[in-house]
Amino acid sequence: MLMIPKLSFLPFKKFTNKSEVFRPSRREFLKIGSLATGGFMLGVNFQCSGPKGETLTFAPNAYLSINGDNLVTIIAHRSEMGTGIRTSLPMIVADELGADWKSVKIEQAVGDEATYGDQNTDGSYSIRMFFEPMRRAGATARHMLMEAAGKKWDVDPSGCDTRNGQVIHAASGQQVDFSDLLDLLQDMEIPDQETLKLRKLSDYKLIGKDVPIYDVKDIVHGKALFGADMDLPGQQIAVIQRSPVVGAKVINYAEDKALEVPGVKQVIKISGNGAHPGLNKPLEGIAVIADNTWAAIKGRAALQVEWDLGENKDYQCAAQMEDMIRETLGDGKLRREKGDVKTALGSAGKVLEKTYQAPYYAHATIEPPAALAHYKEDGTVEIWAPTQHPQWARDSVAEALELDAANVRVNVTLLGGGFGRKSKPDYVVEAALLSRAIKKPVRVQWTREDDIHHDFYHSHSAQRIKAGLDAQGNLIAWNHHTVFPAIGGTSSADELHPSDGEMGLGCTDFPYDVANIRIESHEAKAHTRIGWLRSVSNIHHAFAISSMLDEIAEVRGMDPVEHILSLLGEDRQLSFNEEMEGEYPNYGEDITAYPWDTARMKRVIERVSAEANWSKSIQDGKAMGFAAHKSFLTYVACIVEVSRDENGKITIPEVHYAVDCGIAVNTDRIRSQFEGGAQFASSLAMSSAINFENGQVKQNNFDSYQIIRMPQAPKQIYTHIIESQEKPTGVGEPPVPPYIPALCNALYKLNGKRIYELPVKEAFV
Amino acid sequence: MEKFTLAVNGETHEVTAPGDMPLLWVIRDLLSLKGTKFGCGQALCGACTVHLDGVAIRSCSLPISEVGEQKLTTIEGLSANGEHPLQKAWQEHVVPQCGYCQTGQIMNAAALLQNNPSPSEAEIETAMAGNLCRCGTYNRIKTAIQTASKS
Repeated sequence: MLMIPKLSFLPFKKFTNKSEVFRPSRREFLKIGSLATGGFMLGVNFQCSGPKGETLTFAPNAYLSINGDNLVTIIAHRSEMGTGIRTSLPMIVADELGADWKSVKIEQAVGDEATYGDQNTDGSYSIRMFFEPMRRAGATARHMLMEAAGKKWDVDPSGCDTRNGQVIHAASGQQVDFSDLLDLLQDMEIPDQETLKLRKLSDYKLIGKDVPIYDVKDIVHGKALFGADMDLPGQQIAVIQRSPVVGAKVINYAEDKALEVPGVKQVIKISGNGAHPGLNKPLEGIAVIADNTWAAIKGRAALQVEWDLGENKDYQCAAQMEDMIRETLGDGKLRREKGDVKTALGSAGKVLEKTYQAPYYAHATIEPPAALAHYKEDGTVEIWAPTQHPQWARDSVAEALELDAANVRVNVTLLGGGFGRKSKPDYVVEAALLSRAIKKPVRVQWTREDDIHHDFYHSHSAQRIKAGLDAQGNLIAWNHHTVFPAIGGTSSADELHPSDGEMGLGCTDFPYDVANIRIESHEAKAHTRIGWLRSVSNIHHAFAISSMLDEIAEVRGMDPVEHILSLLGEDRQLSFNEEMEGEYPNYGEDITAYPWDTARMKRVIERVSAEANWSKSIQDGKAMGFAAHKSFLTYVACIVEVSRDENGKITIPEVHYAVDCGIAVNTDRIRSQFEGGAQFASSLAMSSAINFENGQVKQNNFDSYQIIRMPQAPKQIYTHIIESQEKPTGVGEPPVPPYIPALCNALYKLNGKRIYELPVKEAFV
Repeated sequence: MEKFTLAVNGETHEVTAPGDMPLLWVIRDLLSLKGTKFGCGQALCGACTVHLDGVAIRSCSLPISEVGEQKLTTIEGLSANGEHPLQKAWQEHVVPQCGYCQTGQIMNAAALLQNNPSPSEAEIETAMAGNLCRCGTYNRIKTAIQTASKS
């Protein structure tokens, strides 16, 4: 069975499937709802009856139930890794239902796509994909409750409403708890999904407000449980020595010294899957199984392993970077073409040509990968894991153990950060394989060094952009060459170009009104595991494009903000398909339902420049930089302010973002994603880089793979949310891409030195 | 293997462990107190911060043999009902995103306020520089510490 996660930016053509299921039309709910509502009508699965047949729990669909204590339980089916989604989706159900938010209990779903729909928490999808289904889940129950109350009081149900866990009838002043209607609900029919009425946006009490995250109390009390915190009686801890180079094979190993460490019980080999091992397979390794983590760590240190390092043993990333830069000088594979760039560049009065480089990045979630697996005597497996994609974890375990997926249960814990790393279930498969081998529960614990050495890295990249200006200074030609080892290269040696998905992340969707555009990609081989990191290829594409546009504005003598507003051209909705070689994936959505709307982009740009008091000149020793970038269907403009302190060190006093993400669901979590996004992007811009020498990662821990610390963080981060009634879109990733070029453009203004390579070599605080 | 008697959150615990076992693994694996987190194992990230006699230390890098009679406080013992001013301020400002590093942040901040009840912004930044947050909650952490310092 081929394992393909449904991710919009993956090189696989799975977008159609996703949009068929989840296009925001009636179909997506019928797909999810038919199973769920069917359960209620049949009286099985979702309805719990007492000994006399009385209804104890009302559960009209898979997402919610109401019990006799008037407690509303709502299922969170997407993974919580810090975005607040475990709060923000259930709160939509609760708001539509009219539940009392203080009497709502949130339960985390197991991995079960058939019941809950897509659970792959990635691609800033959750709000976009599930805003409507969550409203409908709440509305279905709300209408049934109103019907039941209408029957009880002999009034027209349409005169009823639900608030704070009660149905109320304004005309008669009657009110009743949801739980007092459970018996009556037995005879209620599921409302017709076609005519189901949803509340008006103005009617919501939670949506559009600041709602604190459900888990905040447990977190600050130390009671919140992450993957690494899960225990089972009789469990063992495993720490694994993995292949130092991707594709390396164990020639032989000596376990005697490891077994001498008190507490070490067993040493077990895990087989790898070659130099292009795929996204869901473990690396080859030797696992040390022990009673506790420290024994396992010491046991591993005592192992002696002889490796055949394989085909990647001579890989030097610096040499590949030189090759990639050279590649961009020639003609590449055409990915988008409009007009005739070569002729336009030939006739241009001035041609600018710049090359941009960005390094490999590791995710470095503060919780390193960890997973607990229990292979049971009956041949089933139960997993507890901090996974972004429980269904893929389930399928991958089933595949590795040659089981039916029905025999694998994946419980999702809180994730101590995800950023794309914990989509890949390699560590979950490790735990399952080891548990089966020793017939005991096994928790695999990665150390920080394991995490830095064996990640699925954000790819390093080279880009060359040629821009042509005519005699009047108009931008008439844009030629963008991009090259980086693609995500597809992790699974196949033949995948040498970025996929349409990766190209569509901020490169082929170049939105500016330029008459001649030519976008090309070049070949690069993957020598390590390439994955996706918060905003993926948008990171390097936005860095190059928005840095270049700033430089072009300067040459044209224009204010950078005015320049971008003018380049966006007339207010219009863009579809790139007619100019695209292949298909523009549009993050898995139909371009007609989610067009690229230049007016929405202009609105965020105008807002951010007003809020930040944009100034193109240095004032009081402070300089501002600007960039705008749409990603994951969310429009973002960003202004970063930099300053040099008395010691000559750079600080970032202020950051302003304006965002149009359609309907704003949980405003506090939108702001927190932008605050966090600015800090995450600061690390990418200022301090992080992974280097390979002889196929091995040079960095080991947070001393050499650095992420920013509190003193380096921007001092103030303001997020200005555009009021909108457009369909809601995600905010997990969109803050990252524009921040980096906005920072670089600000630094240029301060120092007069353009930045062409990340991380920035500058003296930050 | 040796026997150690530890004073943890006001209670006495006996554990058997090799003398080089970092206090972190004693806390997590032997005492099953899961609020103290593993992040780096090298005192570089602060996720494992606890107090020894009121002083913030990185438990991943202190062998159990060095603890002696010092009183250990973990996040579970920071306050009787989770009502330490920092824990309240953390909730008021909804500081956490993923939450994993936050117990270490709170323990570090608690030691800071113990020594310096009204730290300046710069003093907060310096004191908290050893605690990493990958989600990027530094600004809210700073605000929450300022709120708690005023209570």
